[in-house]
Amino acid sequence: MYRIIKKTNLNPTVTKMEILAPHIAKKAEPGQFIILRVTDDGERIPLTIADFDRDRGTVTIIFQIVGATTEDLNHKSEGEYISDFVGPLGVASHCEGLKKVAVVGGGVGCAIAYPIAKKLHGLGAEVHSVVGFRSNDLVILEEDFSAVSNKLVVMTDDGSHGKKGLVTDALKELIEAGNKYDEVIVIGPLIMMKFVCQLTKQYDIKTVVSMNPIMIDGTGMCGGCRLTVDEQVKFACVDGPDFDGHKVDFDEAIERSSMYKPFERKAHEAICNLYKEVK
Amino acid sequence: MPNMSPNKNPMPSQAPDVRNKNFLEVALGYSEETAIDEAKRCLNCKNKPCVSGCPVKIHIPDFIKEVSEGNFEEAYRIISESSSLPAVCGRVCPQESQCEGKCVRGIKGESVGIGRLERFVADHHNALAAEKITKPEPNGHKVAIIGSGPSGLTCAGDLAKKGYDVTVFEALHLAGGVLVYGIPEFRLPKAIVQKEIDTLKDLGVKIETNMVIGKVLSIDELFEQGFEAVYIGSGAGLPRFMGIPGENLKGVYSANEFLTRVNLMKAYKDEAKTPIKNSKKVAVVGGGNVAMDAARCAKRLGAEEVYIVYRRSEEELPARKEEVEHAKEEGIVFKLLNNPVEILADENKFVGGIKCVEMELGEPDESGRRRPKAKEGSEFVIDVDCVIMAIGTSPNPLIKSTTKGLNTQKWGGIIADEATGLTSRAHVYAGGDAVTGAATVILAMGAGKAAAEAIDKDLQGK
Repeated sequence: MYRIIKKTNLNPTVTKMEILAPHIAKKAEPGQFIILRVTDDGERIPLTIADFDRDRGTVTIIFQIVGATTEDLNHKSEGEYISDFVGPLGVASHCEGLKKVAVVGGGVGCAIAYPIAKKLHGLGAEVHSVVGFRSNDLVILEEDFSAVSNKLVVMTDDGSHGKKGLVTDALKELIEAGNKYDEVIVIGPLIMMKFVCQLTKQYDIKTVVSMNPIMIDGTGMCGGCRLTVDEQVKFACVDGPDFDGHKVDFDEAIERSSMYKPFERKAHEAICNLYKEVK
Repeated sequence: MPNMSPNKNPMPSQAPDVRNKNFLEVALGYSEETAIDEAKRCLNCKNKPCVSGCPVKIHIPDFIKEVSEGNFEEAYRIISESSSLPAVCGRVCPQESQCEGKCVRGIKGESVGIGRLERFVADHHNALAAEKITKPEPNGHKVAIIGSGPSGLTCAGDLAKKGYDVTVFEALHLAGGVLVYGIPEFRLPKAIVQKEIDTLKDLGVKIETNMVIGKVLSIDELFEQGFEAVYIGSGAGLPRFMGIPGENLKGVYSANEFLTRVNLMKAYKDEAKTPIKNSKKVAVVGGGNVAMDAARCAKRLGAEEVYIVYRRSEEELPARKEEVEHAKEEGIVFKLLNNPVEILADENKFVGGIKCVEMELGEPDESGRRRPKAKEGSEFVIDVDCVIMAIGTSPNPLIKSTTKGLNTQKWGGIIADEATGLTSRAHVYAGGDAVTGAATVILAMGAGKAAAEAIDKDLQGK
């Protein structure tokens, strides 16, 4: 059992939790993920590590409430326990040797982009962060990004905060303004990563994406997380989750991620109704 | 007087058209009377060919003699000397190519039902009120086991019996490895696996779940923590795919994923939180036990038509004979000498069909099996909405990539001495599928057993 040390609601649908897991905190690196089960009969879901504190032995996760399991997780309070917490899984993001980097985050993907920006900043790289949200009430981690970025651009779809527009607009502007990036690191919805990659390809800037496909074991056994990268089968759990964005078949990944949408919607509705009844 | 009936006592089983709709165990087991009658078919021959066919060398005629005299507990004691998981092996061993394949009675009729008797003895013992196991005197040595599948559990059990302080590290949330995520409930009830694991815990074995060795701890760190020897029984690894178009369509599963969803995550139960696609027509590609398990699970989940698509002929099917027979009885259709060349999509990018070619068998290849060749112009399409790939695995890279000095084969399997399991690293042993590639439960157990003995010698010599 793994104890929830701290819980914070970042916005109405995004929650941050610090979980006590000293052996994972000791090894965790930005870009890696964990698998958790909320209850003993629950499903296994992967979440990328948002932060870790080796001294306190905690690992931070940030999740959007999208399905039954994240709904269940969100109903857990500080001091309560979750059944399983496994990690750190996957290959850590490659940050060493980069001098100037654009870190692009979209929505809850910013939770994963932040530790990478933080690490790059710590290594002395010049970090330009571009973070995008649908609207003002969904903005997360703005101050955190600000603290580790030489430049921060916040974008919202409706212009209710920061600049109005998409992250691709802001990134293009930065590139056009003459910023020469060693690498662009982009984490967010598949469709956003796809369009950022299309943009950076035009400028021939190496772009790394963090993939978060459907997974079960997360340790290299089930093969559910497979992707086509450079026309080869790759497993996000052991080969990734970071990949060269210019080589990822995003259209296939988008299709595959929709496989259980109807099931998930139904399960989420069922559990929401259950919690309503309890209230 | 031996029982000279040429045939085995048949195994009482659920009727095929009943069992293919539920996940309860197919075979129901012998009664005491049937077991005694079957045991009397053993001639107790002097040179005991059956024992030579058993990877863990169970004293087969000795335990069968006890069964024939009704001394079931004594029979259990004899089996336990050699095997730590008799209730499991009695159910999943390919007896026809091992002990029973060597049985003298098999020359002119059917061999003695050794597997069925082993199962009977183990079940009979497990049904008795559990005796309190006395923990052996600790010998002060610590051993780490990576993986809680059949190989790791066997190694752990043998070492614990000798007084070692054994910790098993399991990556998943539940111990048992392939016995819980791979082999379905109807072939190996999970309560039986749990019972075997509880017995090991009573012996003092510690099991730490959610521990991915190679990630959370390296093998070097295990030594730093005071473990004096490490046994790697981490299993087979990543699923293989054919490399044909359409393999990443929605509705294409690896057998590992499909079986994990069904067995470990219980997707067959209504209240399960883990989804599985509701399929009507399913093609399973491959001819091994895993393929049979996947096909029979798909049938039980409600598929109307389930096909086994295999590129060689019936004779080359690597699955246990009993599994093939059971699958056929349950209505699985065998498309033999057929090889997939493409998986077709429907309008929503789900599986819409599987395009195959007919094959014919040519000259034997390096495996001794006749090499299949495609017949020109023989392409045809099977109408399916789900495809399960059961064509094997390739080794998991996690341990290899984090352990300096651990040598592996070109294809990734860990190199280990056949007799002892010793790897290229001192005090590091390995066995089971991580060494051999996908094989059987009993071979993995045999390797775990041999390694336990070698580790004992290694550490006692310290």
